[in-house]
Amino acid sequence: MAIFSRKKAVEELSDGDIFNKETEGLSQGQIVLKRFFRHRGAMISLIVLFSLVVFVFSALGFKIFGIGYGGWWKYKITDLPALRTDGCPIELPGCPTLNLIPGKHFGLGDHPFGQDDLGRDYFSLVMRGAERSLEVMVVIGLVAGALGIIVGALAGFYRGVVDATLMRLVDFIITVPVIVLGSVLGYHFGSKGVLFLALFLGLVSWGGLSRLVRGDFLTLREREFVDAARVAGASNRRIIFKHILPNAIGVIIVNVTLLMSGAILLEAALSYLGFGVVPPDVSLGLLISQYQDSFTTRPWLFWWPGLIIIIVALSVNFIGDGLRDAFDPRQRRRLSRKDRAAERKSSESK
Amino acid sequence: MLAYIGRRIAVMFVILFGSSFLIYNAAAYAGDPTEGLRGSTNPQAHQKLIVLTRELHLNVPPPARFFIWLKGIAKVFTGHIDLGLTRDHSPVSTAIGNAIPITIRLILLSFILAILFGIGLGIVSALRQYSRFDYAMTFFAFLMYSLPIFWVAVLLKAYLAISFNNFLLNGKIAPLWILSAAIVSGFFWAAVISGTRKRVFAIFGVAGGSTAVLLTLLSVTKWFTHPGLGPITMLIFGLGFGVGITYLSTGISNKAALRSSITVVLIGSLFYFPVQYFLKKDPGILTILVMLVLTIAIAVGVAYIFTKIDRRPVIRTSVLTSVFVGILFIIDKLMKTWVPYINTDAIHQRPIPTISQSNDLLPSGNFWFTALDTVLHLLLPTIALILITMAGYIRYSRGTMLEVMNQDYIRTARAKGLSERTVIMRHAFRNTLIPITTILVVDFAGIMGGAIITESVFGWRGMGTQFNLAVHNQDLNLLMGVFLFTASLVIMANLVADLLYSALDPRIRVVGKK
Repeated sequence: MAIFSRKKAVEELSDGDIFNKETEGLSQGQIVLKRFFRHRGAMISLIVLFSLVVFVFSALGFKIFGIGYGGWWKYKITDLPALRTDGCPIELPGCPTLNLIPGKHFGLGDHPFGQDDLGRDYFSLVMRGAERSLEVMVVIGLVAGALGIIVGALAGFYRGVVDATLMRLVDFIITVPVIVLGSVLGYHFGSKGVLFLALFLGLVSWGGLSRLVRGDFLTLREREFVDAARVAGASNRRIIFKHILPNAIGVIIVNVTLLMSGAILLEAALSYLGFGVVPPDVSLGLLISQYQDSFTTRPWLFWWPGLIIIIVALSVNFIGDGLRDAFDPRQRRRLSRKDRAAERKSSESK
Repeated sequence: MLAYIGRRIAVMFVILFGSSFLIYNAAAYAGDPTEGLRGSTNPQAHQKLIVLTRELHLNVPPPARFFIWLKGIAKVFTGHIDLGLTRDHSPVSTAIGNAIPITIRLILLSFILAILFGIGLGIVSALRQYSRFDYAMTFFAFLMYSLPIFWVAVLLKAYLAISFNNFLLNGKIAPLWILSAAIVSGFFWAAVISGTRKRVFAIFGVAGGSTAVLLTLLSVTKWFTHPGLGPITMLIFGLGFGVGITYLSTGISNKAALRSSITVVLIGSLFYFPVQYFLKKDPGILTILVMLVLTIAIAVGVAYIFTKIDRRPVIRTSVLTSVFVGILFIIDKLMKTWVPYINTDAIHQRPIPTISQSNDLLPSGNFWFTALDTVLHLLLPTIALILITMAGYIRYSRGTMLEVMNQDYIRTARAKGLSERTVIMRHAFRNTLIPITTILVVDFAGIMGGAIITESVFGWRGMGTQFNLAVHNQDLNLLMGVFLFTASLVIMANLVADLLYSALDPRIRVVGKK
């Protein structure tokens, strides 16, 4: 049987040289970028996510500091157009008009994602929900990221009493499943607005990140460059932010992306349970929860919000994976057959 | 060691105290249980408000009220734990007590299965790094990682339960389904076993072909409406598993292990009819446990007979085989219960349920009916939970395995001329398990969270439902009860992780050298 094969192990032995050759003369940042751009999944995800964000936020328009943009979509979430009947089965008025088959009906049509039983345009609802979910995701990422970095950095750098106190606090927070604490806070503060909800969720989900950052700081603070900085007269603040933090940035970026993909699912789950975003506002989790019973009659009401959640979470996860590979110094690229042949040739000619 | 455990338990209580103080105050300040009454125009509202305030000690500020609650907990030492009353005046301890076994059942089953599948797939994909199988697994894991569990649950209800129930009405598989199942199984096994191109085609053919033949046979013989295994099928399955586990655990060349696992299977099949006699009557869980112990004892005995030296791997192999045969017996019995079960009035020919954790209309007192009912109710929630949790395990065990395979001791083992099977199963696999164990145990908190959502989708009356109720009714005592349970589980899991870690890895000493 060939479940266990030895061929690959032998091939890998020769990978080291070519790896060094490729990164010769490049700065750390350039190496990371180069590796990231080579990660096909991450690049595709980055493009998908970027276009989705532009698409979603331009659809209904936005207003920042008085500069408004009306959005290119014709319906608002409060509009109640009549249920579309032509072209739909009689028992299913308001069916989706999205058509991706090239031809006469190609394009978004009047109601690309269909209408709900009241006639509300589902495309505008989903777009608004996606806006909300993306906002929640970014806010949670920022808040939890900032808190996790600060707490982890302080605990890891100062050690001793500071470390003990902060890490006990982390223990307290980590013991409670995020969804429990999130629900308690979300149920009461969800009605005060999406950003408020996201802020509170951010306040409870930084525990894991701070532990990782602390671990990194504990090892980095013993390194020679920190001693050198201190001898040169750098203050603690300068050492933390200018010397240690840039060296820990790999762990931080990767984990913040993972935190964000978790955040979008967390928000969806809370809204689904009724502890998150509340009805006058819209979120993807809330849409699924409101329309899950119409799955058998109007399946499109169920599919779209779920698909958007999956696309966002999946691309964020892939970007995180690409970043992890890019930052990992031990990471070795798989050599394609061409590379290996080229390498063999160069070693023969030597 | 004992001192260490004692110290850890003391720390555990401190953490539990801290986090319950934290959440008690967060919840108390966030929600006002008198909210509904204050706005009410009911003339008795004022009286009710007074009663409620007295009952829940609402006149005491939350930080102090926490200690009143804590005093009730402290009664645990006298044997009468007092978690306070819920909003409908029943003790929290009964509400929680009823919910705990239901939730534990769900979590434990999905946890174990997710570990088995997750680690297995992760390790195979690490061994086939950069193969198509590896890429497919990576994508699959990321996809599962990004799925909202409630969304999957609704899909499972619609496609697995309702469609499968419809399918059971006649029990015939359409040829198209057989064909696609055959192709999928062919691809899967070809990717897992792999080898030269010719070999891959052969495996694809054999796996796909046998799947097609099997499904056609099952469909023609109406197996799906009248399932069962019987002694012959069990013998074949048992032998297959026995040989497979021998190959993985000791290698086929270890004749003693091969012989003893085959003997165990043969004994199992010989005892098919006598065992049926014991299973026929209402056996109860105790009988089954006794039989399990007996089975293991027989397996150990057989292993002893066949070996003179180096008994442990042989015993392991034969015990694993015997447990598998035991599980086959139970599956067989459950399948035989199937026909009478689906024909009861409570089931109405629609056996896969989409809601609740058990069917209350079912005639009680029949052990196998209840068992089958429990299994079927567990089916969908468990699949949902497994899919979500497995993703992380696949990724993690793949990463760990890759790291281990790059270690010097693996190179040494290969240089010694050990077979690749020995290198992987004895040297790499065991070292992979060390870090995985910790992450698994710590991940228990995540499963708790998943279970809360899963339970609410599937309408189970477990901890998740209690939690939902508590938050919606601003029922602080009930919330704290649920919290106490989940937090204790998580903290204990952490302790177990540390202890396991030091038990598995001799390099890690939890107790300092004297």
